[in-house]
Parts: sequence; structure tokens; C-alpha cells
Amino acid sequence: MSSKQIQTGSVTPVNPPPSSSPATGEKRGGGIESSPAPAASAEGLWLNVWKEFRRNPIALAGFYAVCVLALTALLADFLANDKPYYLSYRGKTYFPIFRSYLVGARLGQWPPELLNVDFKKLEGAKAFFPPIPYRPSNIDLFAPYETPSKAHWLGTDKLGRDVMAGMIHGSRVSLSIGFVAVGIAVIIGVILGALAGYFGSWIDLTVSRLFEIMLSIPTFFLLITIAALLPPSIFLTMTIIGLTSWVGIARFTRNEFLKIRNLDYVTAAIALGVSNRKVMFQHILPNALAPVIVSVVLGIAGAILVESSLSFLGIGVPAELVTWGSILHEGSSATFAWWLAVFPGAAIFITVLSYYLVGEGLREVLDPRLRGLR
Amino acid sequence: MASYTLQRLLLLIPTFIGVTLIGFLVMRLAPGDPAQLRAAGGLGGAGGAGISLQKRGVVDQALAQWRAQFGLDRPLHVQYAIWLKNLCTFNFGDSFKDNQPVWSKIRDRVPVTVRLNVLSILLVYVVAIPLGIYSATHVNSLADRVTTLAAFVLFAVPLVWAATMAIVFVCGGDFLYLFPPAGLESLDFASDWSLWKKLKDQAWHLFLPVVLLSYDGFAGLSRYMRSSMLDVLGQDFVQVARAKGLAERVVILKHVLRNSLIPQVTILASILPGLIGGSVIIETIFSIPGLGQLGYESVLARDYPTVMALFTVSAILTLIGILISDLLLAAVDPRIAFGRRQQ
Repeated sequence: MSSKQIQTGSVTPVNPPPSSSPATGEKRGGGIESSPAPAASAEGLWLNVWKEFRRNPIALAGFYAVCVLALTALLADFLANDKPYYLSYRGKTYFPIFRSYLVGARLGQWPPELLNVDFKKLEGAKAFFPPIPYRPSNIDLFAPYETPSKAHWLGTDKLGRDVMAGMIHGSRVSLSIGFVAVGIAVIIGVILGALAGYFGSWIDLTVSRLFEIMLSIPTFFLLITIAALLPPSIFLTMTIIGLTSWVGIARFTRNEFLKIRNLDYVTAAIALGVSNRKVMFQHILPNALAPVIVSVVLGIAGAILVESSLSFLGIGVPAELVTWGSILHEGSSATFAWWLAVFPGAAIFITVLSYYLVGEGLREVLDPRLRGLR
Repeated sequence: MASYTLQRLLLLIPTFIGVTLIGFLVMRLAPGDPAQLRAAGGLGGAGGAGISLQKRGVVDQALAQWRAQFGLDRPLHVQYAIWLKNLCTFNFGDSFKDNQPVWSKIRDRVPVTVRLNVLSILLVYVVAIPLGIYSATHVNSLADRVTTLAAFVLFAVPLVWAATMAIVFVCGGDFLYLFPPAGLESLDFASDWSLWKKLKDQAWHLFLPVVLLSYDGFAGLSRYMRSSMLDVLGQDFVQVARAKGLAERVVILKHVLRNSLIPQVTILASILPGLIGGSVIIETIFSIPGLGQLGYESVLARDYPTVMALFTVSAILTLIGILISDLLLAAVDPRIAFGRRQQ
């Protein structure tokens, strides 16, 4: 349920810890002016959003595609693995994939006869393998650059590694990069943007200078520099992407706050003595959310794009880790092996596209002004 | 307006210091100081491992000498000041790779990258603005849905994929040969070619890189244009304009367009760094001798003086872009210059 995570992730500040506001279940609609306190309960608002969202088939398709990606990432070990689900060997029955989880968690051990064996070459064994009986790390030097066939659905690369297996396991990187990087970016962006837009004066001036600094830094260049200086690690790369990509979100938040701060209902709230924090996060943020959500979803897609560029350039990602970008890189140097160029790129493309569609669908639902036009 | 310009210029100073400070500190993330790195480079990257004691003494002496020469024995803030002073005289030091002055390496490559990026920005605005206007004025029509979807699809196409596909399928290889896979000019390029022939050769080589660099820009900008048009279209004054009996054309082009162009100007500033990042990828893939390719090669070779200089130069280019977009913004929306002055 990755898309749910986007929703809640970007929306947490709307529903701050239970407060004294009495109204619940109020349907959010109409213009900004008519909804001074959008105190709809979490379920009510998001149920409405989901109902509206469901009506848009294209956005829904994007949502399902993201779900498929999430499932693929979760079940990667069961879709592409050199170990069988089920193995009957020398009169005993094993479930090697499940056992590998136990071994990984140090809860179990491999029986001696199965330690470091090639499960495909066990004599007299009955085994049931996953649809793709390879791991991305299985090197087969006798089968380099195989064209797509029944044995290798999407062909093999220079080292004879199965491309389909690489794609399936690569989805984990692409899924997690969006959440880690954008999670960091949203936290920094919304807080800084809200502070700058709400308080104005010297805070705005300082934060705007910070935006300007971040915007004039050639981010991608900074990224490849940092990534090349530090030891290659995928989580480090995600963190750096997050730390360098919050400006868009912060800017949108600030601009919206700047606009909304001067509306009468905010003045009224301040006059009533509502605390600054409450005005910012409970009264202004919900109305400022539509553009922020668009930038958050764009951010997830953007982070995936940046990561794929980095691993395409071979920077910031350990050499043995197979990602969509690293397969694509092989495709750019072996121009005859078209399958190395087509499939991983298409996977990045479809993932990014799905996030965009979800974002656009959400925006159309969340922006009341747009709703009126429909 | 004059005082606003002056204010913007003054505000550039802290920004510039901030940017270079970040760059300077990032460079210090590198293991070892520049003197050690230089020594490692001189010893063929062995890093001094396995050399005899006698030689080790020589190395240590050289290290001490270099440290004094680069000012590395001084405190960090003094080092930064020295570096900043050198920057003002375009003295970026010598490359670790070939001991050439860094500035001369960069100078040759600036025009290539600037040409690529200026052409891309032009293409972005020429395509995106009309597309956005059309989409917004025909909301939810078939054409709007098609352009929306097309822009989305384009925006989602990863640059590395598009470039790889271009290389594999239309640049020689096993498939079509429509465009050259590398370089900026043909191998038999001669200076006595007619102007027309030169231009044609240039266009043939630049076509793919420029289109690849700009496609996501115009997809993105046309989206922003559409949503900002829609924002303005939903406001009361548009209804008033229509109620006055103004022609729809006048309402759209005179009243709505002007107001919705304002955010687009600021987007110029955010496109620029993206283009510089994109040039790293495009120039690397298409072997174009620009700043991006130099940057990638220098990062891989750990040629820190060059990396640092490139970082600074592209930051300065971006700052200039931001300044231009801020001034343009004040020109189209006088409230901004006025509001700032009141503070």
C-alpha cells in the first residue's frame, strides 16, 4: 500500500495530535474562504478523497501500478530466486526460500547437505522453482548477452546475469529511494517553507537566502561529487538525495503560506489568540496542501530519476548491486544488446509515470477550485 | 526598480558565500588533504604504500612543502579566505591529472555547454507556453487530455533511458543511422566549409542532445503553465472581465496570460541547475567536450581542483540565471519590487 503511504506521509501535519476543535466529519469543499477550519476527521477526509480519486481511471491505473511495484519489491525473493520454494531431497522435504529468511535472521541454519549447493544440480531431487530461477548475482560466463528467450525472459548481460531477475530485485532500490529521500525532503521542506511564509520578515529573508543557495547549487553535480567522495552505499545516496531536494517543496509551501496568511480567516484566528503553531499547521497548511502534494509526488518520481542517473553513471551505488540504472548503463555501451536498453529504462519510466499519475489524480481531487471547473 | 536591482545584487553576496562554503566543506569530505592526494597521484595512486623508508622521507618533505604552498597548514577559515581570494583572480590551481591550469581547461568548454543550454531553454519556452495556454483554455477537452497525458509521459521518460535508446536505435549501431552518436562536428569538418554547410553539420550534431536536454523541461513547464492559468482563470477578476463583454481572446491573452506568466519566470531559475545536471549525462553519453563531461571525468579521476572549480563556475552561472529571472519577475510584476522596497 505504498500510495497510502504517500498520502499519509504528506498529510500528517494536517491532522496534528487531537485538539480541542469540535467539528468532525465535515466534508471539505468549496473555496478557501469557506473552510476556515478544515477539521474533518482523518477517515472522513481521506475516504472522500479516495472516492473521488477512484473515479479517475488513469490515476487509478497509476495507483495500481505503484501497488504492483510495491508487491514486486516485497516478494522479489519469491519471484526470482535460485532457490526452490519446495525441495524434496534424499527423502526429506525443505522450503529453501523460507529457510533463507530464517538463516538471514539467525534463527536457523542450513542443513549440511544443502550448505552452498547449487539447487538446480542436486541429483534425484524434486524441486519447485520460482518463475525466474535466478538471482541477479548469478553469474554465468558461458551465457553472455543472450537474447530474450524462454530460459532468460529478458536476456542476459555481459556477465550472463539474468536481466529479469535484476529488474525484479532492482525494484526494491527504486521503491525505497522514493520514500527515504522524499521523506527527508518533506520534513525539511514543509517546516522551513511554513516558517518562512508565515512569519515573514527576517526569517523569510534568511530562509529565502537558504533556498537561493540550495537552488544555485548544481545539485546533480554536488551529488556526484559527494557520492564519489564517500564509500558507495545506497542508503547514503538516498539521504544525500533527500538533503538536496527539499527546496521545491519548501518553496511551494512558502508561497502558499504567503498567499493564505493574509486571508481574513487567518487574521481572525490570530485575533482569537490561536497559537502560531496551530494557525500554521491546522488552519493554513490544509489549504496550502494541493501544490505541496503535487511537489511531493513529483519529488518521489524525481528521486527515482536521480538515483537511476547516478547508478547509470556508476556513482554512489556499490558495483555488485544490480539496479535498473546499472543495467541500462550496460545497454549504452553494448549497442547491439537492445534488451539491456529497452527493459530497465521502461521499468523506470513506468514507475515514474505511475507516481505522476497518482499525484495528478490527487491534485484534481484535493484542489476545490479545480473541482468547481469540472 | 534601480534600488531593487541593487538590493538583489547585494543579496547575491551572502548566497555566493554560502554556495562556495558548502562546496569548500564538501571537498574536505575527501579522505586526506589535497597535498596527500597530489602525492598519491604522483605515485601512480599507490598512496605511498610499499615504498622504502628513504623515499618515505622524501615524500613527507614534499607533503610538508605542498601543505605550506597550498596554505593547508593554516586554520580552515584562513584556507577558505585564500581560496576565495584566488577565485577572484580566476586562479583555481592546477589540475591533479595533468598539471594544466584548471581555468584554461574550463574556459575552452564553457561555450559548448552554454550553447547547448541556451538552445534548450529557448526550445523549452517556445514549446511549453503555447501548449500550456491551449491546455488550460480547453480544460478537459480531448486535446487537453491528450496533451496532458503526452506531457506526463514525456516528463516521466528518464533522460538516461531516452539517451540510451537514441544511441542504440538511431545512432548507427545495429539499427538506424540518422544522427551521429558522438561529438559536436563531423570528423572531416574543415574551416573552409561554407557557412550553410557548417550550420547544417552543427544542427545535425546538436539536434539529439538539445532535444534530449529539453524534453522534460517543456513537458514540466507546460504543466506548470496549465495549472497556473487555471489558478488565474478561477479568480473573480476574470469573471468581471468576461462580464464586461471583453472578447475571450482578450481575456485570455491580456488578463489571464500576464498573471499566469509570473510563476513561469521563476521556473527559469530552477530549470538551470537541472540543465547543468542534464549536461553531465548528455555530454558523457554523446562525448561532447563540455563542462558536464569534464566534471564527470574529474569526479572519477578525483581531480579535486577541477571539480571544485566546476562546482563554483556552474554555481555562478546559475546565480546569474536566478538574478535575471528575479529582475524579469519584478519587470512583469511591479508589486514585487515595490513590496520589497517597503520592508
